Amino acid sequence: MLAVTKETFESEVLKSDKPVLADFNAGWCGPCKAMKPVLEELAAATPGVKFVSIDIDDQDELSDDYDVASIPCLVLFKGGEEVKRHVGLTSRDDIVALISE
Amino acid sequence: MHDIIVVGGGPAGMTAAIYARRASRSVLVLEAVACGGQILNTPDIENYPIEAHVSGYDFTTRVEAQARGLGAEFAFEKAVGLRRGGDAWVVETNKGGHRAKAVILATGAANRKLGLPDEDRLVGRGVSYCATCDGNFYRNKTVAVVGGGNTALEDALYLADLAEKVYLIHRRDGFRGEETNVARLRERPNVEFVLNATVSRLVAEKRLTAVEVTDVRDGSVRTIELRGLFVAVGRIPENQNFSSVIALDAAGYAIAGEDCHTAAPGVFVAGDNRVKPLRQLVTATADGAMAATEAVKFINEL
Ligand SMILES: Cc1cc2nc3c(=O)[nH]c(=O)nc-3n(C[C@H](O)[C@H](O)[C@H](O)COP(=O)(O)OP(=O)(O)OC[C@H]3O[C@@H](n4cnc5c(N)ncnc54)[C@H](O)[C@@H]3O)c2cc1C
Repeated sequence: MLAVTKETFESEVLKSDKPVLADFNAGWCGPCKAMKPVLEELAAATPGVKFVSIDIDDQDELSDDYDVASIPCLVLFKGGEEVKRHVGLTSRDDIVALISE
Repeated sequence: MHDIIVVGGGPAGMTAAIYARRASRSVLVLEAVACGGQILNTPDIENYPIEAHVSGYDFTTRVEAQARGLGAEFAFEKAVGLRRGGDAWVVETNKGGHRAKAVILATGAANRKLGLPDEDRLVGRGVSYCATCDGNFYRNKTVAVVGGGNTALEDALYLADLAEKVYLIHRRDGFRGEETNVARLRERPNVEFVLNATVSRLVAEKRLTAVEVTDVRDGSVRTIELRGLFVAVGRIPENQNFSSVIALDAAGYAIAGEDCHTAAPGVFVAGDNRVKPLRQLVTATADGAMAATEAVKFINEL
């Protein structure tokens, strides 16, 4: 999964021509790590959606901008706008449902 | 049909799977979300015998690998019901059903909510159930903790080191938690006690901005502006879907002794969802071992 920073957020997420699923996470967050293999598998299997990873410890401005106050937090962007989010450990089925929006 | 279905892929359920496989019984673990359970939320376990420090994630991934290595099967489905079907138990799930000779319910416990409007929408936008998980987002901000047990007191102490100000909201005068924790909180200049009060409204637009608290004695309402509300009002065992088969106590815990037997022959309970005085990894894994051993004995006698 592509790691996104404040510098690349606009070009990779807001201006992306595909929908983007942004995974706000951190190295100390167990539920985030538990979801990672599922996200990686779905990223490979879903070419129509771009999956990106945002480390909230390095990118606190991005988490502030998007009001992320608990992780894991998955945010789906379309055309530069947030359309949906899911906070907390999320099952594979629910992630599939989120990106099928 | 499997010999044993384990409902719940937390520490208790995965340990049950290990014991069942070691007894050469076929076993299917049904997990609603992702294996691991509550302990995934802690970066540092310091009281499980063998290592001084291990993260919850490392702990559960190793236990899962151990269970899979022994041949346990896993399916990501949520159990929604349990019934007798012919000479077997049928576990109904969100995707269908599975049959087994014996069933081990190891569904653990979830955080109790306040039950206020908008609460679900505000999780991760100001409402949290885990101070050690989310506390960092509230550095130098104003927060409140709701609750009167040890979890609430420990959360308030933890947050007092990070946050600018911590309100501790409790519906009674006194605390159920340890007096030493209360004394420590009283020494903190940035902690304010709001006693005999309940949170009656979450004030929010996109995110939480304040809470209204109602005084239980005279009904007066006070608004407290804050960024974060940490809810520590206890846990709810995940037994509701099985209450037609197993007996529950007033708090919802499955009534079963140390042998993990329920009143229904062939149905066992293991872990945090069982009546017991200490809910920790070591007691959850002990239950898993016991329930699987009893389930195997039950099958052998069929
Ligand atoms: C923040 C935190 C820190 C902790 N720290 C420690 C510590 O340092 N040391 C210690 O010993 N203990 C600690 N604990 C306690 C410990 O995590 C629990 O005692 C232990 O996880 C209980 O295991 P369990 O398998 O019974 O239940 P759980 O861990 O709750 O697992 C239950 C599993 O069942 C699944 N499930 C629930 N309902 C269904 C259903 N209907 N269908 C399918 N699956 C379902 C859940 O998704 C979950 O994966 C901590 C707990 C928390 C919350």
